[in-house]
Amino acid sequence: MKQSVFFAAVTAAGLSAGAAAAGTLDDVKARGTLNCGVTTGLVGFAAPNANGEWEGFDVAVCRAVAAAVLSDPTAIEFVPTTGKTRFTALASGEIDMLARNTTWTFTRDVDLKFEFTGVNYYDGQGFMVPKALGVSSAKELDGATVCIQTGTTTELNLADYFRKNNMDYEPVPIETNAESQQQYLAGACDVYTTDRSGLAATRASFETPSDHVILPETISKEPLGPLVRHGDNEWGDLVRWTLNALIAAEELGITSANIEELAKGTNRPEVNRLLGTEGTLGEMLGLDKEWAKRAIMVGGNYGELFAKNIGESTPIGLARGLNAQWTEGGLLYAPPFR
Amino acid sequence: MTTLTDPPEESFRLSMLINDTRYRAYTFQFIALLLLIMFMSYLGWNLVQNLAERGQDISYRFLGEPAGYDINQSVIEYDSQSTHLRASIVGVLNTIIVAFLGCVTATILGVAAGVLRLSPNWLVRKLMAAYVEAFRNVPVLIWILIIFSIMTAAMPAPSAFRGETPDASMVFDAMAFTNRGVYLPAPIWGSGSLAVILVFVASVIGVFAYRRYATKLLYDTGKLLPMGWPSLAILVLPPVLAYYLMGQPISLEYPELKGFNFGGGIHIRGSLIALWFALAIYTGAFIAENVRAGIQAISRGQTEAAASLGLRPRRIMNLVILPQALRIVIPPVISQYLNLTKNSSLAIAVGYMDVTGTLGGITLNQTGRAIETVLMLMLFYLFISLAISAVMNLYNNSMKLKER
Repeated sequence: MKQSVFFAAVTAAGLSAGAAAAGTLDDVKARGTLNCGVTTGLVGFAAPNANGEWEGFDVAVCRAVAAAVLSDPTAIEFVPTTGKTRFTALASGEIDMLARNTTWTFTRDVDLKFEFTGVNYYDGQGFMVPKALGVSSAKELDGATVCIQTGTTTELNLADYFRKNNMDYEPVPIETNAESQQQYLAGACDVYTTDRSGLAATRASFETPSDHVILPETISKEPLGPLVRHGDNEWGDLVRWTLNALIAAEELGITSANIEELAKGTNRPEVNRLLGTEGTLGEMLGLDKEWAKRAIMVGGNYGELFAKNIGESTPIGLARGLNAQWTEGGLLYAPPFR
Repeated sequence: MTTLTDPPEESFRLSMLINDTRYRAYTFQFIALLLLIMFMSYLGWNLVQNLAERGQDISYRFLGEPAGYDINQSVIEYDSQSTHLRASIVGVLNTIIVAFLGCVTATILGVAAGVLRLSPNWLVRKLMAAYVEAFRNVPVLIWILIIFSIMTAAMPAPSAFRGETPDASMVFDAMAFTNRGVYLPAPIWGSGSLAVILVFVASVIGVFAYRRYATKLLYDTGKLLPMGWPSLAILVLPPVLAYYLMGQPISLEYPELKGFNFGGGIHIRGSLIALWFALAIYTGAFIAENVRAGIQAISRGQTEAAASLGLRPRRIMNLVILPQALRIVIPPVISQYLNLTKNSSLAIAVGYMDVTGTLGGITLNQTGRAIETVLMLMLFYLFISLAISAVMNLYNNSMKLKER
């Protein structure tokens, strides 16, 4: 009896593993929740607030997708992942999408069989040092002890940068952001390196942020974006165009304040197509007409999300920089909705 | 004459596989084996099938590609352009280093604590009991983190050694204890140092020869030679003499502040120290219990008999009790060594780059070859565990009661 139960369980596990490979959209609809992989906690990008609700810039992408698919931005199971576990979690089907400041690289896209669905933050790797060290350029870091979060592209960039500049360093690999912070503050390493946005977020959580400086050098390109599994193009399209909807909304001037007004119909065709009063874009995605409207209504357009979570008025204080719309000299450029 | 015929030769019938006790056992074992093989091949097939569905395969080509990352502690030549295979070897060596240091320290701690737990002194006995209970009952990962945090928080950063009136100073101007680890003077081997080393090795052998001779003399004639000071003299005098005769060929390189860190000397990283001590103290508590059990398993009559022969308590312990207890103690201690070695895979918690950190950590992450690397890790730990067992079993056999 026991054995047959065991075999039945094994068979069931095998079957469900096979089924998960295709039709993520149907799975999510049937389940009623979206499984979204996020960081284990990086203020501004993804961290639980005082009420235990996840919030942040990456979390906002998850919420927009959940709103588009399930009409409920809170129907999300957040799965905290480390730099090490994130890809396994996505590949195995434990999560439906990963929104965890993950750099879009060739290997990850091609060899690891993932599908990057766009870029929600253009970043680059930088260095943070205590002001007392008197260092003003990364070129002066010869011989320094550097704390790195392991399992990220940063350790490869770091090795390349120091090799290129013929400098020595002592790497101290650390598993999570919180631990690196502790090591850095105790002086066990001179330098902390990660993406500049991460550095700003980390510095914002220090007791005296002004005692630390972020060095001017940016040593790598780090386009961060959400990703899904390779091979389920419908689901990939959905996540891609939800992100594009947020970006296009800012370009078209759709905000959380005026969206109800605009959704009644305007004389601008692209706004109408995006908000579903014209055309059948939603149906092509396998959703209803108002998918994009719901996605934008959760927290507003890209610009609003940026300002609220990581913008200059927040403790993290990031400028738009590369992440401005293409019309304002940035790199954000959503393809046309037609 | 009786006419007894042999029972008729029974030919083999298929039903005998179930009904005949001679064959039944084989039948069931065969079925069980078949089921096991089917189950394993189902799992393997399932894996390959699911991988193929995702367009992935199993390949070890990544081992030959450049790793691209740096490793702080490496006993062999390694830089970021070395291959993933070499990075794994660096990790393997780091695992072996911490496992070896840990096993040796744990044995010393464990034997001492185990013997002292049976001490007639109430305070010592209770202290050792507290040590065993405290360390045995808290997970080793917690101990690793505690020791590491204490080190980073309590020790001064290298910058504290700087300036006119530094907050911290070096011990004997030779050793620096920082929150990045301990910096010790390193020996520099000049020409002629080989002779000094050879003399030293010869004196170590000499000490053993002397002790052997003294024991033999004691057994043969009953004459007791002094042991302590002659051994020390044989050990120390000739190498010191050789050192000065060869013109002081060995000098020390002292660590000194250079830029951000101390340079020169030997750097023992904080991560290694934390891992080493945590593993040693934790496993030492278990070994202490094994030793105590072994000693208590020796009948009290042995102690009383030895005492009635006029042996002093320390001699009773060293000559009568411990040699017999060892036979009971060694087998469980082997499994403690295996535990320690496997527990060393918690190294990543403090950023020590063991094989789980390099091959199973960064390499896995950068290449995404999870199944391949995990298989390699399993094989490595299996191999090293079997190797430790084999060596320790040889030792166990030599200590076993010889039955003639």
